Amino acid sequence: MDNVSQEGLLDWAGPILQGALTTLEIAVLAYAIGLMLGLIGASARLSPWAPLRGLATVYSTAVRAVPELLLIILLYYAGSQALTALTNAFGLPGQVAINGFVTAVGVLAFVQGAYMTEVLRGAILAIPRGQLEAADAFGFSAWTRFHRIVVPAMLPNALPGMSNLWLILIKDTALISVIGFSELFFTIQQAAASTRAHFLFYAAAGVIYLIITLSSTALFTRLERRVRRGLPHQEEA
Amino acid sequence: MDFSWLQDGFYQEYLIEGFINTLWLLVVSAIGGLMLAVAVAMARLKGPRPLAMLAKGFTIVMRGTPLLVQLFFFYYGVGRLLEGIPGIQDSPIWPILRDPFFYGALTFTLSVGAYSGEVLRGALANVPQGEREAGRAFGMSPFQVFSRLWLPRAIQLCLPTLTGEMILLLKSVPLVSTIALMDLLQAANIIRDETFLVYEPLMLIAGIYLAMTVVLTLVLRQVERHFPGMQPTRRRWLPSRHMEPSSCKD
Repeated sequence: MDNVSQEGLLDWAGPILQGALTTLEIAVLAYAIGLMLGLIGASARLSPWAPLRGLATVYSTAVRAVPELLLIILLYYAGSQALTALTNAFGLPGQVAINGFVTAVGVLAFVQGAYMTEVLRGAILAIPRGQLEAADAFGFSAWTRFHRIVVPAMLPNALPGMSNLWLILIKDTALISVIGFSELFFTIQQAAASTRAHFLFYAAAGVIYLIITLSSTALFTRLERRVRRGLPHQEEA
Repeated sequence: MDFSWLQDGFYQEYLIEGFINTLWLLVVSAIGGLMLAVAVAMARLKGPRPLAMLAKGFTIVMRGTPLLVQLFFFYYGVGRLLEGIPGIQDSPIWPILRDPFFYGALTFTLSVGAYSGEVLRGALANVPQGEREAGRAFGMSPFQVFSRLWLPRAIQLCLPTLTGEMILLLKSVPLVSTIALMDLLQAANIIRDETFLVYEPLMLIAGIYLAMTVVLTLVLRQVERHFPGMQPTRRRWLPSRHMEPSSCKD
């Protein structure tokens, strides 16, 4: 019993920090891609063309109705099989083993995009019509209107939802450990299994995630204050 | 697509057991979690300072860490510690403490208690003071004011958010497959390992979850409609993810 517990928290500090870094990399990339997917999804949902609207609605509804863990496992297998089929079609034989990092980012971004679609759609709908009409009246091009008017006007409404999604994404990265990619929680599981100090290592995992989420909350609060500058203060209950 | 394995009696049993366990976990953690949520919310609003701080710390920790980590912490971490207590393996509660279902239900209950407690706290704080004073003026005891006025009014304010939390709870249940509890996903994993069919079992489970989400949404909508004094609101089909407590304001 004693000879196994000689390996302690300190011996694993290096791999665990490495894992935490990987987790952050996955989260940042997935968030960025999810944000783009969300923008595309939101514009599709608001588009005047019905088939495009339908497609985006199916995407955001189906993804939000199925548990994330199930989606991650399903997309993990579907992703590698689809790529194998694709390369075989191009005449390259054999299996494609996709890089775990790419899968993790892809799957989380896909899920994140569905939620982001809803957040951004709501925020865009909340922009007063007159502001958009004013942009049109001044002869803004679609792109100028988007980045000069739509984005700054939507951000105050979208940011609370976006910060919520970021926190959820951080917590969802732990699910990646189920498909065996060595991010933070997978490393923790290995450490716990090899030292048998389960309590210690899972508590440590909790502390690390808590540090990440709490510092993100602080950052988002500052960001929110920045995008809300010039707007009337919201009274807090 | 090959669904011939559905004919197999063993696999049917797995799926049925998984379905029942999934439902049980949902019901047990929903009831336990909502009761805990009321306690947490009241502790933060009216509790003595140490208790209020404790409730706040609990909320921050549970909302700031992944559910999967919590599940592992309780099942492997706390579970192994309990195992080491001398004599516990002969005690009558050991069969419960060995059961992954217990740890799944415990984790989900605590999680619902934290998330919904935060929602309820916002709602309780938003019930106008005058209504509670009116109750006192009618000679209600403080407990009567709470159970007949304050809490029902608060629930009225945040019922859509609370029902949303229940759907999120349903979608968390598959996590228990990682602690070897036979839920729907675990059933699908076993079928996948034995039949070498990757998609079909997972697709079936995804379909079942989709159906369960729809049914639960409809049931909860009826609850909302029949809750006294609720304005029937037009709601979107699915909740967005865990809402900020301030969304409960109006």
